[in-house]
Amino acid sequence: MGVEKIHVSGTKKGDIMLYALSTCQWCRKTRELLNELKVDYHYIDVDLVTGDDQKQLIEEIKKFNPACSFPTMVIDEKDSIVGFDEDKIRKKFE
Amino acid sequence: MEKGKIDRLFNKLDRDAESTGYHLNPDTPFTRSLVKGLIVNQERYGYQACPCRLASGNQEEDLDIICPCDYRDPDLDRYGTCYCSLYVDEEILKGKKKVKAIPERRDKQQEKNPAPASSGLGYPVWRCRVCGYLCARDNPPGVCPVCKAKKERFEVFVEK
Repeated sequence: MGVEKIHVSGTKKGDIMLYALSTCQWCRKTRELLNELKVDYHYIDVDLVTGDDQKQLIEEIKKFNPACSFPTMVIDEKDSIVGFDEDKIRKKFE
Repeated sequence: MEKGKIDRLFNKLDRDAESTGYHLNPDTPFTRSLVKGLIVNQERYGYQACPCRLASGNQEEDLDIICPCDYRDPDLDRYGTCYCSLYVDEEILKGKKKVKAIPERRDKQQEKNPAPASSGLGYPVWRCRVCGYLCARDNPPGVCPVCKAKKERFEVFVEK
């Protein structure tokens, strides 16, 4: 069930899910920052998913970010960081 | 992707921008990646949807996010950059200010304002949603003479 998310290993700082777009440079920067911070996370490029699977992902995102903009990072299924907010991301994981 | 393809669109966008008072982001690798995203979207959806927004695949629904998007001007005014940061203002171009990610302005729920009824001008007034260019004629021009946006980006601003 559902779409397989890509795992990037690192230091576990919670259950981190990054919803991204393959063409979005702010999404790329967000991933680069998570890599730099060596954080363990999962991500998915929503634009590469089609049909009902994509619809399901959009619903997942909207629970935390009704505008469904990218990137949306969900932490432990409760907090979220919308957009490439470098200060906020560093503060959270450094 | 073939490098020449990115070069061609990059050069075209740069020329168009500079000749119409806009500027591409001076961070060339970043900008080229966005241009590549535009080509990917052109091939995937048939139109150059914003690389930083999820396109629906339905052009009609996505007219507002076809690059340059309807939100470029207000975002340039407010933040000095458009949403994906393909376009920036002069301060950022000259390195006086850094580009930062900005919040999403698009609101899909928002209703469009109906065009005001006319005062008998004899012609409807068309407005380019990308740059605000106005013209009074029976139909919108094929391309906006100011920003080169296509015909479908025009809306009736004042009814005939």
